[in-house]
Amino acid sequence: MKNPKPQLTIAVTGLNAIDSPGPGVAVIRALHEAESFDCRIIGLAYESLEPGIYMHDIVDKTYHIPYPSTGTEALLNRLKYIQEKEKIDVVIPNFDAELYSFIKLKSSLEQIGIRSFLPTMDQFEARQKINLPEFGKTYNIKVPKSKAIYTQNEINKLESDYGWPLVIKGKYYDAILAYTREQAVSAYHKISAKWGLPIIVQQFVHGTEYNVTGLGDGSGNTIAAVPMRKQYITDKGKAWGGISITDDKALALTRHFLEKTKWRGAFELELMKDKAGDYYLLEINPRIPAWIYLAVGVGQNIPEALTRLALGLPTEPFTTYEAGKMFVRYAWDMIVSLKEFEQISTTGEL
Amino acid sequence: MKIKNNIAVSENGFVFNPASGESFTTNQVGLEMLNLMRKGTKKEAIIAAITEKFEADTGVIERDLNDFSEMLKQYHLHQHEES
Repeated sequence: MKNPKPQLTIAVTGLNAIDSPGPGVAVIRALHEAESFDCRIIGLAYESLEPGIYMHDIVDKTYHIPYPSTGTEALLNRLKYIQEKEKIDVVIPNFDAELYSFIKLKSSLEQIGIRSFLPTMDQFEARQKINLPEFGKTYNIKVPKSKAIYTQNEINKLESDYGWPLVIKGKYYDAILAYTREQAVSAYHKISAKWGLPIIVQQFVHGTEYNVTGLGDGSGNTIAAVPMRKQYITDKGKAWGGISITDDKALALTRHFLEKTKWRGAFELELMKDKAGDYYLLEINPRIPAWIYLAVGVGQNIPEALTRLALGLPTEPFTTYEAGKMFVRYAWDMIVSLKEFEQISTTGEL
Repeated sequence: MKIKNNIAVSENGFVFNPASGESFTTNQVGLEMLNLMRKGTKKEAIIAAITEKFEADTGVIERDLNDFSEMLKQYHLHQHEES
């Protein structure tokens, strides 16, 4: 008789399937399509209007968790409470801003039975935008010139070094393309008011943007890698449509990155290919991207593989995927009873 | 001119470059030219075949083929000539 699939309980954050979507809902869809296990999904949400909370066909129960700014102790206490009720096997955090806390709590969470598969703190810090020039030098990867600045006057010097336009970036989120000094100063203030200092000023590389999502096993091996070209981009620069491609150079760069850094966990590389065909690494997102369901659709179920690695199960690297498959995102209005909104808002559980 | 081996061309004239993710559409004449190029047909033979099939003037077809070839180069759909 065939062995039944193991039943896992997996907690997932990033349920904000909005115009700049969190990856949570896509990750959950992938987990439900896993061939090697069945799963019960526990949603972890910061806001009561994160759409995933109300998607009862794919999310079994949702709990509020405290914002990262409240500290790791508050998060640990909340997860201990949730763990007593839900017996979570694996947690998959999907926001950059919460990763620090989850990486720091790795051992504490393992002690209560919650496993994860995240980058090490050193890896997480090395790929911060502020450290990208050093990262490029260390691992012999081309990156655009960039500098972290603390005053708007520093823009003056960089305009002669980098030329126009300049990319003005927040420490964690947001990027604005500035064509003039006035625009650069305005972007500096806008982003610093939201995300604080420093502001990263980056040289603009002309070319075509590609993204690669994948998974490293922490020993330098590539478990998964799927490159994608954005076809339809929102005003926030997010992909609303994209297509899988077979770009040998992008894949070689990804394998080089994983081999040299011994990256542990999922990631997204943001790459720019210039006219000469050279790739520049613009950013490393240390987590699963929102378009992860495309990787599943072309044959690499990265969330499933990540869950297996978290549990220490043998996980074979994916070696193929289908090129020329597209994803087209859409928005969907759900009808939600006030009672449900009231419950998640007042009790923090739904 | 040779076309890259991995370029996918549908019978409707939809052209997809799996390396870059770019897609294009071409009309019936362009499709015919592309398919002949993919087979490695020489320029003169392509002009002759298209002229006959579409009952067009040889000079016009030659000019169209030159323009089309330039466009394919511009979109990086051609194989680099080996020296």
